[in-house]
Amino acid sequence: MAPMTDDSRFGLARSVTLAGPLRLDGGARLAPVEIAYETYGSLDADGGNAVLICHALTGDQHVASTHPITGKPGWWTRMVGAGKPIDPARHFIICANVLGSCLGSSGPGTIDPATGAPYAMRFPVITIRDMVRAQAILLDHLGVGTLAAAVGGSMGGMQVLQWAATYPDRLRSAVAIASTARHSAQNIAFHEVGRQAIMADPKWAGGDYYAAGDPPAAGLAVARMAAHITYLSEAGLTEKFGRRLQARDAKSFGFDADFQIESYLRHQGISFVDRFDANSYLYITRAMDYFDLAEEHGGLLAGAFQGAKRTRFCLVSFDTDWLYPTAESRAIVHALNAAGAPVSFVELSSPFGHDAFLLDVPELNRVVDGFLRAGEDR
Amino acid sequence: MSALRPDLAIIADHVAPASRVLDVGCGDGELMDVLRARGCDARGIEIDPANVSLAVGRGLSVVQGDADTDLVNYPDNTFDYAILSQTLQTARAPDKVLAELMRIGRRAFVSFPNFAYWRVRLSLAWGGRMPVTAALPVSWYATQNIHQLTIDDFRAFVKERGITVEHAWFLTGSRRRGDAAANLRAEHAVFLLRR
Repeated sequence: MAPMTDDSRFGLARSVTLAGPLRLDGGARLAPVEIAYETYGSLDADGGNAVLICHALTGDQHVASTHPITGKPGWWTRMVGAGKPIDPARHFIICANVLGSCLGSSGPGTIDPATGAPYAMRFPVITIRDMVRAQAILLDHLGVGTLAAAVGGSMGGMQVLQWAATYPDRLRSAVAIASTARHSAQNIAFHEVGRQAIMADPKWAGGDYYAAGDPPAAGLAVARMAAHITYLSEAGLTEKFGRRLQARDAKSFGFDADFQIESYLRHQGISFVDRFDANSYLYITRAMDYFDLAEEHGGLLAGAFQGAKRTRFCLVSFDTDWLYPTAESRAIVHALNAAGAPVSFVELSSPFGHDAFLLDVPELNRVVDGFLRAGEDR
Repeated sequence: MSALRPDLAIIADHVAPASRVLDVGCGDGELMDVLRARGCDARGIEIDPANVSLAVGRGLSVVQGDADTDLVNYPDNTFDYAILSQTLQTARAPDKVLAELMRIGRRAFVSFPNFAYWRVRLSLAWGGRMPVTAALPVSWYATQNIHQLTIDDFRAFVKERGITVEHAWFLTGSRRRGDAAANLRAEHAVFLLRR
């Protein structure tokens, strides 16, 4: 194989337009399909060292490279990089922006070739499986047949599980962290709050706000603030903020951000709108709400994994994650046992709630590293 | 690598190569590691997350879980051997755990400390105190061993359930004992059972 550097398909900040059409679960066909992605490391001659990293709701393809808008380091540099469990010296690492998102992959902000205007709410509703189908055609484009591993947290974990259900023969190992096999009523409820906040913003304008250049930032910020609370834990919030006041000695008896937690959430909301599209938030949260791997198998989750007996699984949950609590991971473990697939599972202790998978948890790195290395003794 | 605990060494020596094995209460996976080297497909269940991390970190398929509640999730006859080493006496419902073990595995290895060992008897009979020995090192208030049993108890227990004892090994420390008066002379025991 020619050195990767000569091949324009490989490297940072890549994108490809695939003719399609991509058949979507909702019945629509999408064409063309744009996918923005990055690769790190180089593909072995036998193509056996490819690792797909699946990002969470508001993540992106910049897993270990500087984000073009925020200028911050990649979102998972704790897991991906030299000497890390996923290492470009050993692995050919692929991370793609999911379908429906807003950092270069086809989504509501993309120009609809039929009209010459952004799709906005005319973009077809997508599912987690549609995202995975798009990733599979990207792998075809890159010449990757079988993945050594698919790895992801939260919505990324959903994609990993969907990979095992849809393309088990293309997946040797699967790592799903702080994730679930279906969205619960509570999960859907929180998402609905966020969507209603966006749609209640007059600037949302039925989704057609792109031309005016004035997006529904207030609605999106509120959606992010509400969601952000679900990513943390009460213990973590109490430890970090308590009831401490922000830059003042006494309560204002008004509605300024008196408390540190208020100003923190406002900051999270405001900084989010700079890098994320409100319509994408609607589409991606909807895709997560529709996610239920057991649904097509009469509610029996083991049925989804019948083809994946030869895929190795590693599941990790966190004891303070109340968004996708340990019971959700256990249900997956039980289904994998029933299906006869080799599975490892551990509940790690962390005060950081759901967000722990993005933070410095040395135990998580040790588990993922050991699991991946064991799968490389082939 | 340190030598395997004596009961584990016996189990490791008597598991057929390339078997499918479930180690219930597998700790950090030392027995699984040996079995894997012999070509076995070894899976584990372990309650302590630190041990699970260690085992997964060495590449073993270990699931954090509780023998008392989680064995029901495994289908019948999934394994050639189910292993329960030094765990039966810690179960809330040892009878149910054993039933699950015999359902999941075609054979089962069970090892446990013998409460009828003479030193234990002496400690209770003469000292009037709950025994603290090498095999039972923790004081009564802190021990995880909530269902103490003897070798004779176990024999009667499996007989009542129609389970066949295929083999039994008796140990004091790491020294093997004969069958004679094992209930008095052995500190711990390993049984190989089948339905």
